[in-house]
Amino acid sequence: MAGVYAGFVSSPIGKKLATQLGLPRPVRLRRYAADAPLVDGPVLVAGLGSAPIAARVRDLLKAQDVDVVGEVAQGTKLGAVVVDLTEAATPADLEVLRSTVAPTLRSLRPSARVVVVGRDPRDADGFAQSAVRRSLEGITRSIGKELRAGATANLVLVRDGADGGVDSTVRFLLSGRSAYVDGQVIRVGEGTPAEPADWAEPLAGKVAVVTGAARGIGASIAEVLARDGATVVCVDVPSAGEALARTANKVGGTALQLDVTAADAGRRILEHAQSRHGGLDIVVHNAGITRDKLLANMDDSRWASVLSVNLESILRMNETLLGDNGIRDGGHVVLVSSIAGIAGNRGQTNYAASKAGVIGLVDAMSTDERLRKRGITVNAVAPGFIETEMTAKVPFATREVGRLLNSLSQGGLPIDVAETIAYFGQDASAAVNGNVVRVCGQSLLGA
Amino acid sequence: MATRSTPRSTQQSSSAPRRAAVIGGNRIPFARANSTYSHASNQDMLTATLDGLVARFGLAGEQVGEVVAGAVLKHSRDFNLTRESVLGSSLAPTTPAYDVQQACGTGLEAAILVANKIALGQIDSGIAGGTDTASDAPIALNEGLRQTLLAANRAKTPVQRAKALTGLRPNQLVPSIPQNVEPRTGLSMGEHMAQTAKQWGVSREAQDEIAAASHQHLAAAYDRGFFDDLLTPFKGLTRDQNLRPDSSVEKLAKLNPVFGKGPDATMTAGNSTPLTDGAAAVLLGSDEWAAERGLPVLAHVVDAQTAAVDYVTGHEGLLMAPAYALPKLLERQGMKLQDFDLVEIHEAFASTVLCTLAAWESEEFCRDRLGLDAPIGELDRSKLNVNGSSLAAGHPFAATGGRIVASLAKALHEKGSGARGLISVCAAGGQGVMAILEAA
Ligand SMILES: NC(=O)c1ccc[n+]([C@@H]2O[C@H](COP(=O)([O-])OP(=O)(O)OC[C@H]3O[C@@H](n4cnc5c(N)ncnc54)[C@H](O)[C@@H]3O)[C@@H](O)[C@H]2O)c1
Repeated sequence: MAGVYAGFVSSPIGKKLATQLGLPRPVRLRRYAADAPLVDGPVLVAGLGSAPIAARVRDLLKAQDVDVVGEVAQGTKLGAVVVDLTEAATPADLEVLRSTVAPTLRSLRPSARVVVVGRDPRDADGFAQSAVRRSLEGITRSIGKELRAGATANLVLVRDGADGGVDSTVRFLLSGRSAYVDGQVIRVGEGTPAEPADWAEPLAGKVAVVTGAARGIGASIAEVLARDGATVVCVDVPSAGEALARTANKVGGTALQLDVTAADAGRRILEHAQSRHGGLDIVVHNAGITRDKLLANMDDSRWASVLSVNLESILRMNETLLGDNGIRDGGHVVLVSSIAGIAGNRGQTNYAASKAGVIGLVDAMSTDERLRKRGITVNAVAPGFIETEMTAKVPFATREVGRLLNSLSQGGLPIDVAETIAYFGQDASAAVNGNVVRVCGQSLLGA
Repeated sequence: MATRSTPRSTQQSSSAPRRAAVIGGNRIPFARANSTYSHASNQDMLTATLDGLVARFGLAGEQVGEVVAGAVLKHSRDFNLTRESVLGSSLAPTTPAYDVQQACGTGLEAAILVANKIALGQIDSGIAGGTDTASDAPIALNEGLRQTLLAANRAKTPVQRAKALTGLRPNQLVPSIPQNVEPRTGLSMGEHMAQTAKQWGVSREAQDEIAAASHQHLAAAYDRGFFDDLLTPFKGLTRDQNLRPDSSVEKLAKLNPVFGKGPDATMTAGNSTPLTDGAAAVLLGSDEWAAERGLPVLAHVVDAQTAAVDYVTGHEGLLMAPAYALPKLLERQGMKLQDFDLVEIHEAFASTVLCTLAAWESEEFCRDRLGLDAPIGELDRSKLNVNGSSLAAGHPFAATGGRIVASLAKALHEKGSGARGLISVCAAGGQGVMAILEAA
């Protein structure tokens, strides 16, 4: 996380200069800790009309002994603001949002959360309702850019009749798990969420497979899934076996050395998960490579290898992993896209092709009848600039820019991506399907 | 699967001890001495090997019944090598361990020891292994210097100590480096082997054929992913460093002999194993222990036998002991050599393999030396060392047994239930260790 710039602006001289010049000053983000409360400070919960989600959130927070308030008292600093606009019908209704959130913005603690809740524009009745529902996205994204000191703003769109599925998302967004998720829209729809016996171990008893688990984001995913209670099958190429063994032993899982592009990769993963651990509940397709070149200079092998590892292998493995004897009903598939797949990136036509393809895959799979019937969710994360060995290869200047071009003025950590994936992997998130959540600190790229 | 002369029941009678299961194995790629692993100690390599095994079978934090391993070239500080490696690994620190040493037979002997304790019900699971480094070899003090220093240490007064130290001589500063030499004959293992090879009239070409096949088989096994679940890379090495996939009889024919004398010397660096660093381990357990954990059972350990020969008087060749162990095994199991589906003969030298096979084919040897009515007979070469052996992989002495047990168990498993395999490992001091595995 400590880029050269971040180091400079936290030095005494740098701090002074940065303040004088109005440069962004990255703060240390609030991240998950087992002993930390869900939110750091009192939470203001408000809404328009009957505000059904606000009522749910109040109950949820009270059960966690979180202090819930209706307005900002003089001198208190809030940990979060949750505002329920599900009943917004006309642009005039947005005034409630302004009058509720505006007074809180100067009273937020570092790494505070603003969570706006609305209904999906796709379910809108009439032009005005559709418009105003979409307005929420513009407001939330703008708040995200206005916030300082590690605070984030995200929007939750709840489909009609899906209010019961919102808890895991609200918890995720309020908690330190969503540290680097900013300016995002998460849709909650149909599905039957199952509340975990213990929210500290939401994946207890589950078996997960993570590809590309030897290092970087994959290693972190394995750690977070294991921390949350899952047994993790760690997969990586045989040549990465030494690091893979380290990950597997650290998380108390098993190491499976295989190349995801192998024809029988899906079968071997499934066999391993079923024979060793009795089944498969969560699949995280994380393995990925870059082979950057301007398209003008791109050769066929760079082109093919990136598509093969990042996209084709997933299609092939899924035939087995999602087959009738594959992942259990109610299971979760998480794909790893990239902001390059959304925004495109110079020198990354091959990579962007694969990562945009991943999003297309989420769209199709999440609406697939057969998978819907089996209650299997399919979502993706799209990481922005994450500090790993992959990004350490990026040239210095590009890297510093990548770190800074976002609302949190810093690169994310592998654990930030992992936390989002673990949230998708919960049975409590059964109603979270078909989302592509960027873990990018609200990067300006592709925004 | 091949048909056998005498049908054997694969069932165990109720009074017989249970058979230990070979669940799987792990090794690090073997490196040529004084190369990639120069700065890795035996403990480093054994620990890494254990960790790879633990990761493969999900044993982090678990206690297994016993870990048994050893090293042939061992520092005196490594008196508790295996236990120290366990403590440095991800296994539970409550896992007991002990060291064994039987020269090149160490790894296989360790597996037999673990298997026997499992068979007797004394433990339910265990890890057997071995490690050796020719790069980080122990260098002992010159014997004269050692005696002088011990005398000084025994001295009771400063004067006595000073007197003892006057025994120091400059030539005592030359350290004593361990040598691959038989203490009782002063001959190196290669020189011994050269004598036996000459006796049996083993040709240069036949030896080079064995060597080329070893490289080609090992390379093919890597290419088909055979080692993907038998090996964990170490220090950036992902394949055995000694492996030359393009090895051929023609290329090997160009090398000059290094052992034996005169124009009919046949043993070269190509058909003798190079000095190597590495480690290997095998996970064994009862069938129940494996089933409880959803672990595979590749094979069972059926039987084992050691033998030793009198090589000091020259009565028998140094590395010929396995030839003597086999008939005992065959008799006990009611088997013929030809009944085995796969045979692993450790390639100390290509000529070791050839002399052993020749001895079994020889009516005279089998009658006079083994006391058999008929020769043991010919081995179908297509069953021999099918995934390569020590000439290609290298031979870090104590690691070889673990390498063979795990690879053979997997290869037998691929052949199908009931397939039987024989392992033969010769060892310094005129010894030999053999074992039989049967696919589960
Ligand atoms: N680091 C970032 O900023 C960033 C941004 C966006 C997306 N991503 C994506 O996140 C994922 C992880 O990236 P990372 O930064 O941790 O990269 P990384 O290179 O550190 O790790 C990727 C892992 O995948 C493994 N892998 C590669 N090809 C494989 C194959 N054929 N079979 C099995 N394993 C294979 C590698 O051995 C490696 O351990 C990738 O899909 C990447 O595209 C990363």
